[in-house]
Formats: sequence, structure tokens, C-alpha cells
Amino acid sequence: MLAFLLRRIGLLIPTFIGVTIAAFGFIRLLPGDPVLLMAGERGLTPERHAELLKQFGFDRPIYEQYFDYLVGVLQGDLGNSLVTKKPVFEEFFTLFPATLELSICAIIFAIALGLPAGIIAAVKRGSVFDHSVMSTALVGYSMPIFWLGLLFIMLFSGLLGWTPVSGRISLLYFFEPVTGLMTVDAFLSGQPGAVRSALSHLILPTIVLGTIPMAVIARQTRSAMLEVLGEDYVRTAKAKGLPPVRVIGLHALRNALIPVITTIGLQVGVLLAGAILTETIFSWPGIGKWIVDSISRRDYPSVQGGLLMIAVIVMLVNLTVDVLYGLVNPRIRHQR
Amino acid sequence: MAESLLDIRNLTVEFDTASGPFRAVDSVDFNVAEGDVLAIVGESGSGKSVAMLAVMGLLPKTATVTADLMRFGDHDLAAMTAKERRQVIGRDITMIFQEPMSSLNPCFTVGFQLGEALKTHLGMNRAARRARAIELLEEVGIPEPEPRLSAFPHQLSGGMSQRVMIAMAIACRPKLLVADEPSTALDVTIQAQILDLLLSLQRETGMALVLITHDMGVVAETARRVVVQYAGQQVERQDVGPLFSSPHHPYTAALLAALPERATSDRLPQIPGTVPGIGDQPDGCRFNPRCTFTTDLCRQQVPPRQTSVFGEALCHYPLGKGGTAA
Repeated sequence: MLAFLLRRIGLLIPTFIGVTIAAFGFIRLLPGDPVLLMAGERGLTPERHAELLKQFGFDRPIYEQYFDYLVGVLQGDLGNSLVTKKPVFEEFFTLFPATLELSICAIIFAIALGLPAGIIAAVKRGSVFDHSVMSTALVGYSMPIFWLGLLFIMLFSGLLGWTPVSGRISLLYFFEPVTGLMTVDAFLSGQPGAVRSALSHLILPTIVLGTIPMAVIARQTRSAMLEVLGEDYVRTAKAKGLPPVRVIGLHALRNALIPVITTIGLQVGVLLAGAILTETIFSWPGIGKWIVDSISRRDYPSVQGGLLMIAVIVMLVNLTVDVLYGLVNPRIRHQR
Repeated sequence: MAESLLDIRNLTVEFDTASGPFRAVDSVDFNVAEGDVLAIVGESGSGKSVAMLAVMGLLPKTATVTADLMRFGDHDLAAMTAKERRQVIGRDITMIFQEPMSSLNPCFTVGFQLGEALKTHLGMNRAARRARAIELLEEVGIPEPEPRLSAFPHQLSGGMSQRVMIAMAIACRPKLLVADEPSTALDVTIQAQILDLLLSLQRETGMALVLITHDMGVVAETARRVVVQYAGQQVERQDVGPLFSSPHHPYTAALLAALPERATSDRLPQIPGTVPGIGDQPDGCRFNPRCTFTTDLCRQQVPPRQTSVFGEALCHYPLGKGGTAA
């Protein structure tokens, strides 16, 4: 198990370097540069432009800039935002709890609905329930997030007026962030109605962000269950006279979960990508919206740092999933 | 004669397939007395396993099971609800399967899987289950049973897995154990050990044993009564001695002639053709395309069931009866 872990961690190093190159390179492929965008409509003389580029160090060869950046990253320094002048690291962690809160709710929503739906669809294969779950999943999976988000806002916020349009909490409430998770902070503040307000802001983004993972989880669970239900050991479990709940919920599900857990892990990457769109639609002040804003401002250090941090999170989640995989699957755990 | 334990009459199993219903088991009868050893012999696809799976209630929903009578002890299996049936299955009737390696759940330890039936049917607590599990592993001849309890199936060999399956099957002291080709997937040396184990357990506990096999050699060594099955039908039913000395159905005779021990020439005799599958069931006698004694009658008319004098053979011209086509 330790060797397995070390090997997996070793694999992260080349991935990490690849991500730094990608994050560093892609933002520079975009036309325009930070200096021009800072100057805005006033414009600036070519001499002043060259002078500012030199001041930021953007006139040096690109590999030198990359090398400096990499050295900084390895020392834990992601640089300072060109716009706010604050360290990128600090900016990231100020905004990250908002994204974390949204992502956690979305993945819980996706698992809580997707997993049981997939199990029941597999057990009742060919039934009306099966067909409706699978077609719903297909629609959910094919629906572009930004479009679904706008539809939801129109329906639930506009037409029905059930939920707020954007933000994390009503302007009526104010309290200092403690954990950065709005629902928790609202609870800690003790202000009446605050938790309710925070939840009502959270619900639409959660559904919008969780829809694709839910569809993927439901489909994967169904196909994994179908495969497992035909296995000999499921017949053995039935032959023991065990109740169906135990046969399906324990003997079959435990085996079916192995591929499903991998899928859930992969969905975390999808989730963070989806967060960028969802946060933009709902004006959710998280890292997704922050990265989009940073890209349009050509804030190189913020974009690089943000992408790198997201990549690191995805890598860590996948590592966790691999470890979990070993825990649920004894055959992997005992591999030497 | 001991009391009748399992009494199945006119059992038919049909599967819904894309090309219409397929009759995998066609009006078969089983009568197993307490402590009896019955062998069901036949080629692959003759419906041996399906018939017993139907008795266990383990067939998928696409199967339609009908029978005039399905009695086990005092229970009417056909009239029971699924829940009532689960009280009997796994406790009084148990079953082991052909592929021991895939029949154990890879995610749970041997101890856990052994304990399940004990917990479900006998309500034993954890300590009692553990003690009983160790006893059971000893009983099936697994050395050092205690550390084995925490082993996972992938750490066991095929023979060891089948021993664990047997231990699970005998956990609640069943009255009937159905062994579906228990040794087919194993090495030849292990095969004999597993059969010996089943027989000695049968003798010690007095349970009845139904052995499904395609190996006539296994039948000769183990069974008291034999049912020969072909294409879903029972073509002959006899005690093992008379069956081997004077088979009445041509199929039985052909199977016996193919035994290496009975070979008279360098080449073993064989039965030409294969078992008919979905959609190519012949008219008249199902064995007629492969039988050496076939007449027009065999091709046109379904054969009658002969009396026990002629092995209850399903044949127009049972061997040993005067005036046969042979």
C-alpha cells in the first residue's frame, strides 16, 4: 500500500510540471497584453507601452519568464495580481471557500440522486422508471450548463420568484466570514433568517452545477450494477436466502461501487470546470468567476496561479480516489 | 425406504427469448428421499442446472416456471411467497456452483461470507458465528481455519474456494444440498477430493445430495439414483447399478459407450451432432437425429414414457425390450 501510494505521488510530478507549462503558455497565446488592458480606452504611446512591459518583465524571453515563474511556484510564491497587487495565493484562498461550498453541495446533490437512480434503474431494468431515468440523464448530460442556468433563473427566479437571481446571501445580512462557507457562517452569526437566505441562494447553482455529474453517476451506476447483478456471487448471495436489500445493497453494490468511485473522482474535475460557468451565470464570487475576470484583464499571474491551484486540487482528489479504490477493492489493496 | 424430501412433478421452465419462448426444461420429475444421492446427467444445454435453479427460485424474471407439484418437506415451494421461500433457501436447501472462484464475492472476507447464512437463518451473534465458521472450515478440510477467516477470495485457490462454498452450503445443516457441477472447473486431482468431501459430508450429516454433472465416471462413484437428461427432457431414470449394467435409452447407452474405461478399440465411440438449441428442436423424439436406431416413428411421434422395467426411458424402442429396431 505504501509503495502504491509513493508511486502514485511520483506520477504527480510530471503532471504538475505539464500544468505549469500549459497555464503559463495558454494565457500568453491570447491577443492583447496586461499593459494595454490596464491603459484602457485612453491608450498609451508606444514608448510608454514598451517601458511598462519592461517594468513588468514581459519583454524578456518567454523561457526566462517561465523559469522565474517556476522557481517562484516551487517556493510557494504564485506572484502578485497585476490588478489588485495582492498575492495570488491570498486571493485564491479568499475566494476558494465559495467554490468549495458550491462544489460540495453539487457533488452531494449528484451522488444523492444519481446513485440511487442508477441502482433502481438497473434492478428494474427495462421498466418505465429505467427508461425515464436514463432519458433524463441523457438530457441532463447533453444540456449546456450556461443554458440550463439561464433557463432555471428565468423559471425559478423570474417567473415563479422562488429563488434569488444571484449572489450568495441577501444584502440584509452581513457578518465577517469565519469559515468562508456562507451557510456555516450564516449559522454561526446567529442572525435569524440568514441560513435560509444562504440556502436559497445556493440551491439553483447547486442543481445547475450538479446536473452533469448526476447524469454521469446515474448512468455509470446503472451499467456497473447491471454487470454485477449477473455475476455468480450475486446468485450465491441469493442462494443463501438473503433478503434482496442485502443482495443488492451489499453484495452487488459493493462491487459496483468500484468503477462508480472512479467516476465520481473524475467528476470533480468536471465540477470545477463547470463552476467557472455556473459562478459567472449566478455571480457567485468564487474562483471560477475570478479566473474568468482575470482572463479578460490578462492578469497573467492570477490566471496561472488559479489554473495551477485547480489542477493541484483535481490531482489531489484523484489521488484520494485511487487510495479509496484500494480500500473498496481488496484485489488492488493486496497487489504488491 | 426413507421419507420423500423433494418431490417435483411435471416441472417446465420456459425462457422468453428474442426468437420466442424457449423450453429449457420440459416436464421433468424429481423425487429425492432423505439422505438420498441423486445424480442428474446430461450434456451442456440439457437443462440440468436450470431445473434445479428453478427449484431454488434463482432463475431470472425472463423464466416462467410451472409444475404440478413442487414440494420440499412440508413446504409447497410453488405456493410460497418469495419471503417464505428465503427461509428455506440457504437453510434447508443449499446449492454450490460450477465456478467456485467467481461464486464467492471478491469484496468480502471468507469469514464474513460464511457468517451471513448463520446470522440470517440462525440469528447467531458475532462470537458464535466466528466459532461456527472455524468449525465449518475444519469440517471441509481447510488447514489453519482461523487465519483463513480474514482471507479474501482472490487469495484462495479454486479447490479452496469450492471448499469454502461447501462450508457455506452446509452452515445451517441443510436437508438437501444441490451441487451443480462442483468439480468441473477444478484440476483433476482436486476434483476427486471435492467429490469425496461431498460424499463424506453427505454420509456424516445424512443430508440428501443432488449432483448435477456431465461426467458418467462421477456418477458411477457417487450416486444411488440417476436421471439422464437430454434437451430439457428426462430420457431415463434408474438406480445407478442397473443403469450402468443395462441402460435402456440409446442416449444413455451411447454416453456409457463413450467412457474411456469401456473402450474396446483405439478410438472412443462418439455421439454425432450436438444438443438441439433454440429453434432447431426436431419433431418426434428429440434424440432422433443423433440416434443409431432411429425409424420413421421416432421422427414423427413423441415417444412414450416406458415403465420402470425399462428405466422409465422416453423412447419408442428402449434397449432390452423385445422387437426393437436394433
